[in-house]
This record gives sequence, structure tokens and C-alpha cells, in this order.
Amino acid sequence: MLVVTNLDVFYGRIHAVRRASLHVGKGEIVALIGGNGAGKTTILSTVSGLIRPREGSLTFDGHDLGRTRPEKVVRLGLSHVPEGRRIFKPMSVGDNLLLGAFHRAKFGRRALLDQDLDAVYALFPKLAERRAQAAGTLSGGEQQMLAIGRALMARPRMLLLDEPGMGLAPNIMSEIFRHIRALRDEMALTVLLVEQNAKQALRIADRGYVLETGRIILQGPAEELTENRDVQRAYLGREQDGQA
Amino acid sequence: MNLAALLQYLVSGLTVGATYGLTALGFTIIFNTTGLINFAQGEFVMLGGMFAVSFAHLGLPVGLAVVLAALATTVVGAVMERLTIRPVAGAPAINLVIITIGVSILIRGLAMLAWGKDTFALPAFSGEVPLLFLGAAMQPQSLWVLALTLSLLAGLRFFFSHTMYGKGMLACSFDRRAAYLVGISVERMVLLSFMIAALVGATGGAILAPLTMTAYDVGILLGLKGFAACILGGLGNPFGAAAGGLILGVLESLGAGYLSSAYKNAFTFIILLLFLFVRPTGLFGRSSGERV
Repeated sequence: MLVVTNLDVFYGRIHAVRRASLHVGKGEIVALIGGNGAGKTTILSTVSGLIRPREGSLTFDGHDLGRTRPEKVVRLGLSHVPEGRRIFKPMSVGDNLLLGAFHRAKFGRRALLDQDLDAVYALFPKLAERRAQAAGTLSGGEQQMLAIGRALMARPRMLLLDEPGMGLAPNIMSEIFRHIRALRDEMALTVLLVEQNAKQALRIADRGYVLETGRIILQGPAEELTENRDVQRAYLGREQDGQA
Repeated sequence: MNLAALLQYLVSGLTVGATYGLTALGFTIIFNTTGLINFAQGEFVMLGGMFAVSFAHLGLPVGLAVVLAALATTVVGAVMERLTIRPVAGAPAINLVIITIGVSILIRGLAMLAWGKDTFALPAFSGEVPLLFLGAAMQPQSLWVLALTLSLLAGLRFFFSHTMYGKGMLACSFDRRAAYLVGISVERMVLLSFMIAALVGATGGAILAPLTMTAYDVGILLGLKGFAACILGGLGNPFGAAAGGLILGVLESLGAGYLSSAYKNAFTFIILLLFLFVRPTGLFGRSSGERV
């Protein structure tokens, strides 16, 4: 569904992503793990059109994304839930969700959007309780749900999730990850997930890529990566028995 | 204290203040979507008045002339954005602000060439027989100014809180990156903000023209006063800025009436400086603190 080939991205003179290739098949959850500054967010931002690649190709369902503007990428069915959630804090929860459907709003289509709003509220009942409240007053977990709900309002076929667990208490984080799993299982969404918390990410993912200083150094099925000793040492915080 | 005089000052203050308020509104609308202070905002106000005078000279009814003047200025706003702002999108804000100053000088120069240096008057919308109210004389045009300003404010309020485009524009001001990611064309919103700012400013200029006369260079002072109003009301809050305009107009008029009209313009700038020093977020400004 999403194919990234030999991607090179620069921030000014900093070479942030080096010849990275990855693909995500329809209905898969793929995790992109790596430490701070490894280039995870850069890859997602390049896919969603916020940053232009220097070299390499990006295709989504056969559409070339290399020169596509971010607002057009959303129209193709690819929604990006950004790092730090980036909800519109002073606006109400309801307005935040509605803006997610910005490009679908046409005169006389309000009923359709209301239907989708109800679907999101059914998925995240906490948002329904707070629909009139300013989004900035929500808790971290609720803000993350709102950010995901806002992306769903665009009726995407694929979601890019950037650090959905960041700054959340462990039980809230598990709840968010259960939701992500459910989006794939029940709504047939494809997910590319970026996470520093490798353990959580690999638990729900089918496959994973490990990124280090802009390069993809490992890839494979999630269980395999979880078992991999280098991954365990570097990202899962597990000391190896008998060898230190 | 003489009630009639006080009332008189209030009315004339509110009338002029309405135009300051509309100018200020234009500043905040552009500031919200782009983070820029558009120093050509005052020229939009001038163009509104001058276009209206020209259309009225062609023999069109005043009302129609005002509407056409506002639309013509809207086109100027759109052209300005396309030709001078969009090509350098992404440049540091200071460069863009200097560009707007350049555009304001250009527009003023072109206006001088087109209309000359004379002062023009626009006929009032419904006669000039003053209405007497508690001993104060009120021009019917003052009522027009206040009524039109209030309806414009109501219209914008509705646009920002009830339409998808209006909400989208607000979203750009809260988080530009997130606005892109939900599929909002930020470029289009910036264009729209210049058009609305031009429309609102020009309307303010055109409806005030029958009372104060207009010339190619009225934009400088009106622009600066609008900017002061915006600081007074809180930059970033459109309706605060409009209220700031009204307050400023009234203060100026009271100052001119009770102290000395020689210092009329000085009052505005003293208020501007006081606010910049003491309370830069203005009377109704959003505080910048937020939950993390």
C-alpha cells in the first residue's frame, strides 16, 4: 500500500534519513522503532508531504507522494496523527473532530459528517462526554484519542501514528494501543506506527523496522525483532543473562 | 459636566472608532493566519474610500459605490498576497513585514498618481440633516457607520464560529502544521485572510469617507491607529481588536474634547506605548500560558 524506496531527507545540511526503504502492506500494522533523533518522525513527515525528500520515491496506492502537498495526501486516504498530538487546543472537541473532515465538507453533506462524528464518539465515549469542552483541557490520553479521532474523520485507509504513547501513564498507553489494534481489526485500517516504546509497539505490530541515525538497520516480523538480542539490549531495556 | 457635549464626543468617538476597529480586525485576521503584521492594512482603508469616491463620481448610487469599492479592494488584497507574499512564503517574518511596508508605499504612490493629492468627499448615505438626541447632534451617517460595523462584526463572528472555512482559518492560527495534516490548504486560507482583511478595511474606509473626507495618504494614520487598536484589544483576538478600535476612538474624542484637540493623535500613540510597555497582550488578549 505504502512503498518507500531509497529515501534521503535533509534538514538544511543535516542528513536526517539515509537511503531508507520500507513498505507497508494493506491491513498491516508496521512499527518503526528507534531512539531519539533516529529519523522516525522525519520519515513520517516526508510521507505526509510536510517535508520534501532529496532523493528516493514514495508511493501510496500507486500515487507518487514525492511532490504531493500535505492537504492532497489527506485526500488520497493517508492521515497523519502527528507527534505531540497537535490538536487545536482552544477549540472544542467537536470542532476539532469536524476539522478532521475539512476536505469532505460540502454544502448539504452535514448529515454524513454527523454520522462519522457519532462513529468516532462511539469509538471514544470519553470524547462524547466532552464534546463541547475546549480540547486543551483534556487529559493526555484523551488528547491522543482526539488526535486519532480527528484523523479518522478524514475517512483514511491508512494511518501514520507518531508516538501515540508519548507522555502517557502505562495503563492509558495500553488503552491507546488496544484502540490502534482495534482500528486495524475492525475498520480494516493500515497503520504505520512510530514509537520509542519498542515493547508496546512490537506487541501490536505485525512487522517492524529499526532505525538508527537515519538508516534502517534491521527489519522483520515483530516476534523476531522482539527476540533479537540487539533490539532487546538497545530498545527493550533487557540485560542479557551471562553476558554484560 | 455638560451631558450633551459628552454625548457628542461619545458619538463622534464611536463613529471614528468603528473604522479603527475594522482596520484592527483586518490586522488580526492576517496576523492569525500568517503571524504577520500587514502594514498595508491602512492602504486598504484608503482604497475603500477612494474607490467609493470614484464610483460615485461615475454616477453610481452611493450604496452601490461602497459595495463596489469594497470588492475592488478585496481584489487588491488578493493580488497583493499572490504577487508579494506567496512567492516568498517561508521567509522570516521580518522580511514579509518589510514587504508589506513596501507594498503600502507602492499603493500610496499609485493612488497619488491616479487620484492626485486632492481631498475628496463622498456624499452621505441618507442626507446630512443632523438628528438631535438629548441636545447632541448626530449625523445620520454615524448611525450608518455603527450599524454597518456591527453587522460586519456579526457576519464575521458567524463565519468564524459556524462555517468550515472560518473554523479552518482559526485552526491555521492555532497550529499551522496540524492544519496541513487535516487537509486544510493553508495557502488558500492565507489568501482568504488577505481578502477578508481588505474587504473589512475598505468597508471601514468607505463608510467613514462621507464624514471625514479622504485622500491618497489617509492610510498611514488610519493604519497606525488600527494597529494601536489591535494592541489595545489584544493582537490575535479579532473581536477584542474591534472593541479596541471603539475604545480608542472614544478616548481620542474625549481627549480632544476635554483636553485639547491639538493632541488628538498623540493620545492614540500614548495609549499604544502604554499598552506595549505594561500589558502587551492587550485588554482581551489570550494569555500565552498553556497546559503542557
